[in-house]
Amino acid sequence: MVKRGQGAESALIGFSWLAALFVPTVLCAMVGFLVVRAWPSWGAPLFFGDTPALAALTGRAPVFDGIWPACVGTLSLIGLASLIAIPLGVATGVFLAEYAGRRTRMAFSLAVDLLAGVPSIVVGLFGFALILLLRRTFAPDANTGLLLSALCLAVLALPYLINATRLTLETLPAGLRLAGFGLGLTRWQVVSRLLLPASLRGVSGGVVLAVARAAEDTAAILLTGVVANAGMPGSLTGKYEALPFHIYYLAAEYQTPAELAQAFGSALVLLCLTGTLFVVARVFQRRLHRTWSGMEVAAWR
Amino acid sequence: MRPKEPCDRRGADRLPSALLCGAACVSAALVFSIFAFLAAFSWPVLSGGQLGSLLSWHWRPLAGEFGILPMVVGSLCLAGSAMAVAYPLALGVCCFVHGCGPAWAARPLFVSIRFMTSVPTVVYGLVSVFLLVPVIRGAFSGSGFSWLAAALVLAVLVLPTVVLIIDTQFQAVRAEVRVAAAAVGLAPSQEMRHLVLPLSRRGLAIAAVLGFGRALGDTLIPLMLAGNAPRVPGSLLDSLRTLTAHIALVVATDSHSAAYNSLFACGLILFLATLCVNLGVLSVRGRRLG
Repeated sequence: MVKRGQGAESALIGFSWLAALFVPTVLCAMVGFLVVRAWPSWGAPLFFGDTPALAALTGRAPVFDGIWPACVGTLSLIGLASLIAIPLGVATGVFLAEYAGRRTRMAFSLAVDLLAGVPSIVVGLFGFALILLLRRTFAPDANTGLLLSALCLAVLALPYLINATRLTLETLPAGLRLAGFGLGLTRWQVVSRLLLPASLRGVSGGVVLAVARAAEDTAAILLTGVVANAGMPGSLTGKYEALPFHIYYLAAEYQTPAELAQAFGSALVLLCLTGTLFVVARVFQRRLHRTWSGMEVAAWR
Repeated sequence: MRPKEPCDRRGADRLPSALLCGAACVSAALVFSIFAFLAAFSWPVLSGGQLGSLLSWHWRPLAGEFGILPMVVGSLCLAGSAMAVAYPLALGVCCFVHGCGPAWAARPLFVSIRFMTSVPTVVYGLVSVFLLVPVIRGAFSGSGFSWLAAALVLAVLVLPTVVLIIDTQFQAVRAEVRVAAAAVGLAPSQEMRHLVLPLSRRGLAIAAVLGFGRALGDTLIPLMLAGNAPRVPGSLLDSLRTLTAHIALVVATDSHSAAYNSLFACGLILFLATLCVNLGVLSVRGRRLG
């Protein structure tokens, strides 16, 4: 005899299997399709076109058909955005975890959550508005460019850094703080000599995730100075190329099958980049977990 | 280290505290300056007589008509339909990971979900343009660039977000009920249906709200896949334009200053939607369980 409700549970199991099979199917279809379509273009010409690789790498010869300028553009975006976001994000995270009182912390967390939820196109619009403002006031010839995009990407990456730093500090064992204060250290000494070194791995994991976020974003840079053909990035205020935009542009405007193959090649390069960053971040976070697992977690405040 | 006087130490501690506090203030101020910029730049449209033109159903910049209502409807339709696909799937995946599926499959499945969070949006877009759109074009008539295509891909994009939130909730609930459920002899699926799902109501609501916000804010998927016609879609196979894609398209093509001002109004709407999502999450979190 079938018990009441057993049908519902079988349905639940069946449906969960269906959903579980859906994920690897989509993932395999996507990666497989990408690899198959990118395969014909894979190799040195994808990056450097007709220019010899060594000359292109050292900057002695310009690259016309390859995606090397877009790669360099993306790398410089990541570098600049990290320079802006890492000090600010880590400092904010430390402040929220170690210095702020309960109320301050709640207010700031709301602001950080809000920042994390702001769509990247709105952040791009913010950068665009910044330039309009500069033009109307004291820099009439201001224009969108590399630095502005990096600033927008830094804004996007900031919540990741703040939350990673804060969470890591809050999961450190309470004994670490008590020992520090017991030795008569000031709060800053406890933070800078004990807590930050101990949380280095967690914070690094957050940094890597934030970098991956900055590397993949397209919407914000779309409004703040990325173009299809700029060559190597020359100056902080100049136009530049970037991988995600290059892919988007080629997907919409490709003229020849070779250009389309290049779009797939670039997508595979970008996927490898973000995939690598993802793995590195995971390794950092798991090591951190292993180091402190089994110890009494902070009951601090 | 050389011992110092207590008061001297407090003095040395003041500078780092001030710097950290300053950094936190800068971070928080960013949110407010984004809001202030959007509000200030859309003020000419909102305060002047153009409000009627903004709240109309026609986007014809050359004729001086800057109606953004079709884009508002488009954004809501797309985000809603994407969540309607993604949410049940995410729930299914979480049930599978938490006992409804075999234990050996749970870990690899979860790793692939985490991996999905790292896949760039533009890669989803590119693959879909050349894999999914031709399928839709073949199965139905039309160009294939449609509400349907964008909704399906957007569902895949928000899936990991929703899964990770529900999973956190399930973990917390199962830590409490697991032993009791096993003691009274419940099968994993029974435990899921009668204990974990009802007790996770709050987390499930938060996942829905945050997932919706994420779907609303995405630019690239609708821009690449939805066809971008600025009108209200009549069916799933029609083309639609979202607020996010609208901003990207107009900045790329137009240089009309009145058109720009209406864009800041679009940005403001998106920002306020984010605010509503966060307040929604706060109110769900603040309420008592059950």
